[in-house]
Amino acid sequence: MNIFVFVKRVPDTESKIRINHETNSIDEEGLKFVLNPYDEYAMEEALRIREAKGGKVTVLSVGTEESTVVLKKCLAMGADEAVLIKEDTPELYDGLRTAKIIAHAMKTKFADYNLLLFGKQAVGADNAQVPVMVAALLGLPQINVVTKLEIEGNTAVAHREIEGASEKVNTPLPAVISAQKGLNEPRYETLKGIMMAKRKEIPVLTLQNLGLDESSLVSQLELVKLESPSARQAGTVIEDEPETAAKRMVEFLRNEAKVV
Amino acid sequence: MILVYIEVREGKVKKASLEVLSEAKRRANELGQEVFAVLVGHGLESLAPKVSQYGAKKVIALDNPLLSSYSPSGYAHALAWLCQELAPEVIFFTATSMGKDLAPRLAAQLGVSLASDCIQTAVKDGNLEVKRPIYAGKAFATFRFKSSPIMATLRPNVFPLGTPVDGQGDAEKRDVAVPEDQVRDRVDEVFKEEGAELDVTEAEIIVSGGRGLKGPENFDVLRELTGILPHSAVGASRSAVDAGWIDHQHQVGQTGKTVSPNLYMAFGISGAIQHLAGMSSSKVIVAVNKDAEAPIFKVADFGIVGDLFQVLPPLKEELKKVLSE
Repeated sequence: MNIFVFVKRVPDTESKIRINHETNSIDEEGLKFVLNPYDEYAMEEALRIREAKGGKVTVLSVGTEESTVVLKKCLAMGADEAVLIKEDTPELYDGLRTAKIIAHAMKTKFADYNLLLFGKQAVGADNAQVPVMVAALLGLPQINVVTKLEIEGNTAVAHREIEGASEKVNTPLPAVISAQKGLNEPRYETLKGIMMAKRKEIPVLTLQNLGLDESSLVSQLELVKLESPSARQAGTVIEDEPETAAKRMVEFLRNEAKVV
Repeated sequence: MILVYIEVREGKVKKASLEVLSEAKRRANELGQEVFAVLVGHGLESLAPKVSQYGAKKVIALDNPLLSSYSPSGYAHALAWLCQELAPEVIFFTATSMGKDLAPRLAAQLGVSLASDCIQTAVKDGNLEVKRPIYAGKAFATFRFKSSPIMATLRPNVFPLGTPVDGQGDAEKRDVAVPEDQVRDRVDEVFKEEGAELDVTEAEIIVSGGRGLKGPENFDVLRELTGILPHSAVGASRSAVDAGWIDHQHQVGQTGKTVSPNLYMAFGISGAIQHLAGMSSSKVIVAVNKDAEAPIFKVADFGIVGDLFQVLPPLKEELKKVLSE
């Protein structure tokens, strides 16, 4: 079983996001970056499949040199190989560009694979586009937002989360699967893993190495403006006997807010 | 033309799709364009009159028995075929689980970018602009498009429904060819979550619980509230989900769902940044928390500092009273 896991370096979810209006971008100063939380589930699932069926797990990231840190984390978790596709273009919030780069790399450099695993979305851009777009560009079946996965021979059987229910899908491999929270409990890196990851070389590919022409990757989205959410006004806060407090809240909901 | 994909679940048109259709109609009027709606499946043409009530000049039902159950590849294949013929300028989807699964697939097939989960659309100097949250609502980005067709998914529960008017448009059933190898990812079976009536992304009222609930059994108390409040659902903070008290489906926040209901009721939720990001766009927020310094009170329109276990029973009785009036 030859598994590829695709990961992204993103700001920690506890981060405050500030906007630099001059550059029309997110101010990265002081932000803590981590492995995208959903990618951890994808990574863990890949390791579990390898442990059960044998094979190899390769982790791949499209991003700046700094993405090496999240690749090292995946190696420390247990990935066999890591590859960085160096992409220095600032965040464009365009899933298609990333998907084209990944699909092209898979076609030209890594044509031998059975399973492509992603996090269901990267926190930040919040596009939730890349896994599906890669599937489309490679002509593969997809199972998106997966909370349960079993590999039976050459078939993936998965449950994907929808509103108030789940859908069971089974599809032949190779396929694209994206991981949702709840799929598994990601493991921590071991000390031995961290030591091994430190020594491990991470090959770097550039868009040029891949034979990708910038003109084929031009984003079709034009970022006009970034803004912070308008701050909510804090309302009335009361401390009272439970009965009175409850009554006042319901009066507020009924008469002022008019929502019940 | 603006083409709107109409989602059907269990034989019914999703309300979120009609919201998108209503929004498309408003923008189409400004752009001087027409709105077409498309359904994909098998035997759905009977739903066309309902859809045309919301302003679709034509409702096309793409039909093939292989599409009777959802498959992203098969549905995208059928839609790509229709887009070739209609050459729409704009294509809108809902940002539901189906829309988010299907729209990127079609976008990649058509070779165009996609704006996900938009909360506002506008026409500026004759161009369509969309606004969408990024970082789960910690910032907002406005985009214009350099490609055609323009593609976007629109968040449910944000865009107002238009007033339905009978007999506006034509309906047409079209048979579409779908190769067998394009439905390899079709859904075999759907499992309903036990007791689940509404998803938090679709609910008008969310009754949400956090660490302050102290245990899984106390979510039942919140369920009693959703039992009496119409169109409501139970939500949860990340700590409650991570503690295993309730399924992740209910999680609101940055690694859960971003919601904008009419009313968000937070019980025992302190209001971590990642949680506030996911619910701050709710129209009205109320909170009950023991800690007067909890950040949730900074975004709440009405807050009670107190023990939620003492406040909940009289709150339920008061709500029952006014709801029966």
